[in-house]
Amino acid sequence: MSCLQTIADYGLRSIGIGERLLPKTDFTLCQQFTLIGSGLIWNVYFAILALSLGFFLSISVALARNSTALAVRKPAEWFTFVFRGSPLFIQFFLFYEAFTLLPKNGIELNLGFVEITAATRWLTRAWAGALIVLFLNTSAYAGEIFYGALRSVPKGDLEAADAYGFSGWKKFRKITFPTMLRLGWPAYTNESIFLFHATTLVYFSSFPAWQQSGDALYYASYFADKTFNPFIPYPILAFYFILLSLAIILVYGRIYRYLNRHLPQDKRPRFRVRPQLVR
Amino acid sequence: MFDYCADPSTLEGLSWLSCYLTTGKHLLFYQSFFFVIALMLVTAPVALGVGFLGALASRSRVLPLRWIGLGYTSIVRGVPDIAFFLFMPLALDQGLEWLRHKTRCPDWDQPVRQGNDFVVCAQAKLPMSSAPQWVHEYYGVALGIGAFAFVFGAFAAYVLAGAMNAVPRAQIETAEAYGMTRRQATRRILIPQMWVYALPGLSNLWMILIKATPLLFLLGITDVVYWARELGGRKTSAFDYPHPDWRLWYFLALLVFYLTLTKVSQLGFDRLARRLSRGQATLGGMQEAKG
Repeated sequence: MSCLQTIADYGLRSIGIGERLLPKTDFTLCQQFTLIGSGLIWNVYFAILALSLGFFLSISVALARNSTALAVRKPAEWFTFVFRGSPLFIQFFLFYEAFTLLPKNGIELNLGFVEITAATRWLTRAWAGALIVLFLNTSAYAGEIFYGALRSVPKGDLEAADAYGFSGWKKFRKITFPTMLRLGWPAYTNESIFLFHATTLVYFSSFPAWQQSGDALYYASYFADKTFNPFIPYPILAFYFILLSLAIILVYGRIYRYLNRHLPQDKRPRFRVRPQLVR
Repeated sequence: MFDYCADPSTLEGLSWLSCYLTTGKHLLFYQSFFFVIALMLVTAPVALGVGFLGALASRSRVLPLRWIGLGYTSIVRGVPDIAFFLFMPLALDQGLEWLRHKTRCPDWDQPVRQGNDFVVCAQAKLPMSSAPQWVHEYYGVALGIGAFAFVFGAFAAYVLAGAMNAVPRAQIETAEAYGMTRRQATRRILIPQMWVYALPGLSNLWMILIKATPLLFLLGITDVVYWARELGGRKTSAFDYPHPDWRLWYFLALLVFYLTLTKVSQLGFDRLARRLSRGQATLGGMQEAKG
């Protein structure tokens, strides 16, 4: 069987397209590369959706934590505390158990004029349930980063905005928000890489992999178990992840350049390709 | 535990709960919390030691050593840590067995990898098949600690290398002006001063270490996650204490445990930061001197 044939058979295996049965014996290097790469689809799916949804929630959390109203600030502080203070692994278990306790047939909602049944079964599946956990988790971490950035927006910038007669929404939209984003961006890049790495936890916590279609690490450990040789599948996985981490750094670096475009050339901060450790 | 627990089926309410929560398995569950804490206390110094060597290597003047130091930190940080937790115990185990195989059975002529099997001679097996039971149990734990030390050593190396670079250049130059050698300057000036710069990174690392400990479950170690799943699962009337699926509550307890652990650590680090910045030429040190 040629390598192209293997790619055609297993390239989309992780999302249920192509060959159903996994190879059982005589694993070739091509099969390992293809299947682990196919599992990567799930990692990218979780990372992109969790990050893009989480971006908005994290901004809201940051703003809520900066609020003077206690009823707004406290819930945001608790949210950050709970999700940053506990392991993601435990959060996966907890949410999975909570989702399985929901009634199997769905929840009957009586809206007065019409009765609808809210389905709950999909919540116990990884594509939705794990995504919710990752979304909340990254929102808490990124919220903390943006909160820190919000607190360090230079006072002079805000006074200048006042002097120009900016206030309320316009001041936030034109001054506070872009500066906050700019200051928090390097740390946010780091958080995004960490979240991308955290997506490998999904199929190793409580969420089951249906029909053996899991993420990249799922296939890597499948091969390691079958061949009893960890020195081939895990380096392949490492290769893919280093490549994608570099891609994240590239994309976020572009955005960082865009966010700093108004600064004089020599004052533009250099984007650190070696991100610091914040998570 | 208590005398009245002899016949669980007659119990109700609080007395039932008090008996239920003191069964033998629950006591093992409580022990596993201490096990987790003990494990962190063992892993942290080992990882710090590995990180210290890594940081020194990445600043070394010997080029290959520097490459090793830099390559080690950047590869570990570029790959998900859980991949290392799955990879390292297996790799360590096979690596050790292979080394012992080479030294103890030099006249073995078959290849070590035969198809899907990893075959070494009987004297090279780890742990030895004649070893007592506890060796078998702790061998897995030791491999887990090895994996943690490898991953967190790389993180610590990165933090410590950054802290060494953050010590003001003038301090080292002064040491050199006093006639100290590079090694003396490193030992007497650089290393004592770097800790205050390293503390934020190291405290962050400790938090990550706390939050990584449940991953030990994946290595087949009977830790808190294992017991939570075991005890929480639905118990039919065949058991002494039948109950529905309570895993949610058990995981909630774990969540509270970890939240407490991180909160207490945070308070501790805040105190330590104040203590360490005393007498330093930093903003924190100046505030400490005033107050």
